[in-house]
Amino acid sequence: MSDVTLADPTAEQALLLSAQGIRKEFPGVVALDGAQFNLRSGSVHAVMGENGAGKSTLMKILAGIYQPDAGSLHLKGKEVMLSTPLDALEKGVAMIHQELNLMASMTVAENIWIRREPRNAFGFIDHKKMNRITNDLLQRLRINVRADGEVRTLSVASRQMVEIAKAVSYDSEVLIMDEPTSALTDREVSHLFEIIRELRTEGKGVVYISHKMNEILEISDEISIFRDGKYISTHSASTISRDEIIRRMVGREVLQMFPKEDVELGDVLLSVKNLDLEGVFSNVSFDLRAGEILGMAGLIGSGRSNVAEALFGVTPPTSGEIRIAGQSVQIRKPSDAIAHGMAFLTEDRKETGCLLALDILENMQIAALQTRYTRSGFVQGGSVAVDCAEMARRLRIKMTGLNVSIQNLSGGNQQKVLIGRWLLTAPRILILDEPTKGIDVGAKAEIHGLVSSLAKSGAAVILISSELPEVLGMSDRVLVMHEGKVTGILPRSDATQVAVMELASR
Amino acid sequence: MEKNLAEKTRIAPSPAMQRWKPPQELNILLVLVGIALIYEAMGWIFIGQSFLANTQRLTITILQVSVVGIIAVGVTQVIITSGIDLSAGSVVAMTAMIAASVAQSSEWTRALYPGFTDMPAIVPISVGIILGAIAGLINGALVAYARIPPFIATLGMMVAARGISKWYTKGQPISGLTDQFTFIGSGAWPVVVFIVVAIIFHVALKYTRYGKFTYAIGSNMQAARVSGINVEAHLVKVYAIAGMLAGLAGIVTAARAQTAQSGMGVNYELDAIAAAVIGGTSLAGGIGRITGTVIGVIILGVMSSGFTFLRVDAYYQEIVKGVIIVAAVTVDVYRNRRGRG
Repeated sequence: MSDVTLADPTAEQALLLSAQGIRKEFPGVVALDGAQFNLRSGSVHAVMGENGAGKSTLMKILAGIYQPDAGSLHLKGKEVMLSTPLDALEKGVAMIHQELNLMASMTVAENIWIRREPRNAFGFIDHKKMNRITNDLLQRLRINVRADGEVRTLSVASRQMVEIAKAVSYDSEVLIMDEPTSALTDREVSHLFEIIRELRTEGKGVVYISHKMNEILEISDEISIFRDGKYISTHSASTISRDEIIRRMVGREVLQMFPKEDVELGDVLLSVKNLDLEGVFSNVSFDLRAGEILGMAGLIGSGRSNVAEALFGVTPPTSGEIRIAGQSVQIRKPSDAIAHGMAFLTEDRKETGCLLALDILENMQIAALQTRYTRSGFVQGGSVAVDCAEMARRLRIKMTGLNVSIQNLSGGNQQKVLIGRWLLTAPRILILDEPTKGIDVGAKAEIHGLVSSLAKSGAAVILISSELPEVLGMSDRVLVMHEGKVTGILPRSDATQVAVMELASR
Repeated sequence: MEKNLAEKTRIAPSPAMQRWKPPQELNILLVLVGIALIYEAMGWIFIGQSFLANTQRLTITILQVSVVGIIAVGVTQVIITSGIDLSAGSVVAMTAMIAASVAQSSEWTRALYPGFTDMPAIVPISVGIILGAIAGLINGALVAYARIPPFIATLGMMVAARGISKWYTKGQPISGLTDQFTFIGSGAWPVVVFIVVAIIFHVALKYTRYGKFTYAIGSNMQAARVSGINVEAHLVKVYAIAGMLAGLAGIVTAARAQTAQSGMGVNYELDAIAAAVIGGTSLAGGIGRITGTVIGVIILGVMSSGFTFLRVDAYYQEIVKGVIIVAAVTVDVYRNRRGRG
């Protein structure tokens, strides 16, 4: 299956970065084996693969965060060792991380020039000059933030831009971008792409990792595909089809995306009336029936996630009524919501999901312990372990055992563990906030299938997603929010991209 | 969805589902054995005696650290929640003083409360434990509800509790305790109390919901809250238990010394924290076990007992103790770093 590319000998001239025969092992896992990667100058090279394919590991090796156990790295034809991220940066490889690494309480300029601050005659930092060169840099990249503004006052998108400016300030030849658009709006994405194209014409090489197929096909020149720690093939982006990419990534025929099943809707399970959270959202009302999937769409900041948090008691609403199966209920804290059969998969796996110090079993059982698996305070370790193992099998979590730390799992598998956490509580109402964020195609399809089958078995689902095709494909109805208000609830037949975007942005 | 689960045949977790890992305490146990063997060798070389083949010395070794051990069991739990408890040593002094004041014998002519002499031992014991629990409750409420950083909240309690123990008798020691009360501190009883406490909380942390919630909160407080754990109430519980154990330690201290003084328990909280950390408890929270703490406590005991055995000057003892604490934790940090990806 491995295709030979770069057959053109003249292409060798322009080879900026080359990695050959890379192997990397972690305790119990071979993350990469015999991986290769060739980046040409003046090109955007996308790296694709499912979670656990070894993309992130390869990128971390290229950025000097990990050292390979075997294999060689060449920068512009010279063999190099990248022993630390700083070393890599000095040799011209900069990485823009999925998790942003800026110091929040320092200014934009300080963040960009840290360790390289311009000095005045006395050896003190010359803030004036630093701000001036920062403004020049930001202007060149058309990034609209102030050099002397504190990073914590910036939006996630602006922070992302600052990270890019920082990488450019190092005059890096190679820029690695790991999921750079996961927090960006469409307009910000096109701005980012302008910057990337600019960098490309300057002869830089950009390595681009994303799960968003449209972006990959739009921005990249070449695509390398990895699967299960192995290099599969490299293609020119203009000649390979979307289906072909997916087929090679997954290594099997992909299940249908958005396998929405027709379900006979039951009684109203959840009824929300005039829900308010002062200063955040107001007057939110909707009904949700058993077996129904209600999509929630809206731009980032429209209040979608806040409504979910209010329903679940994370930040209780200031007023309004919540009825569950006809009964008016008070939900002041998450345990109230759980007691009423609700489950809430949060948007941010790392911040509000994973218990990173603990293993898979402990992560999965924690919510169910509220209501099940305990007798006079003692955890019934045997039965909870059996159910967790069964759940892990059903969700196809890739792991060597339940006692593996959740830190060692890929993002998609972590997400599955968290879904398992909530399924073990046997919920009637599931709120899923961005359930497939940062997850590869195969796992995405699996999660979609799971959501559909849950609805079919009578659960009511609220599905929040920034990916419009996901919301449209999965939902019976789509609720659209804009600036804290519900601007419309569309039935499946009327819910088109155009209709939803119109409601979301007016 | 329950039905779906039931429909599929249930499989027991295969051996592959629970890959065997060496216990986390193995390293630290080896450190303990190493230290003991070094003393043994030095004993034969320098003074021609065995360090280990002396039952009396071993008993005293454990006896000396039992009180710190009782505290350390509570402190470990607080640290697992990613908190800290600096007040334990002062709470020992406070509870020792107040419990002792209701444990005096009528034969003692200068009893603090002549009307409350010759009480059954259960009275001072209850007073001490309840008092410790109250101190812990205050710590917990400050941390959980007032959101004061644990370091500051328990620092305040540390200073205040020490103040109370001095103010209580204007600095005078309390003596003339009943035989019934001092019995708890006699012989190897403090060791028994320590072991029982350690077993109870080892089981509680490992096999009960209380334990699972404690680890979850320490690992990620936000995620624990979203998972339905009442984080605030649970934190108060953990701090109250730590306070209760400090109260118990105060009772044992007074009983063993047959007197109570406001200067008791100084630096005990630091020894307890050191023992927990040596035993593998992470100050970042979410990680730690009572078995590790027990070994940590024994290491502290063996260290000082060995110095006495080798007749090393007390000044050197503290220097070396400081070095060993940092060294033990350094080893652990590196081991963990290698263990992760």
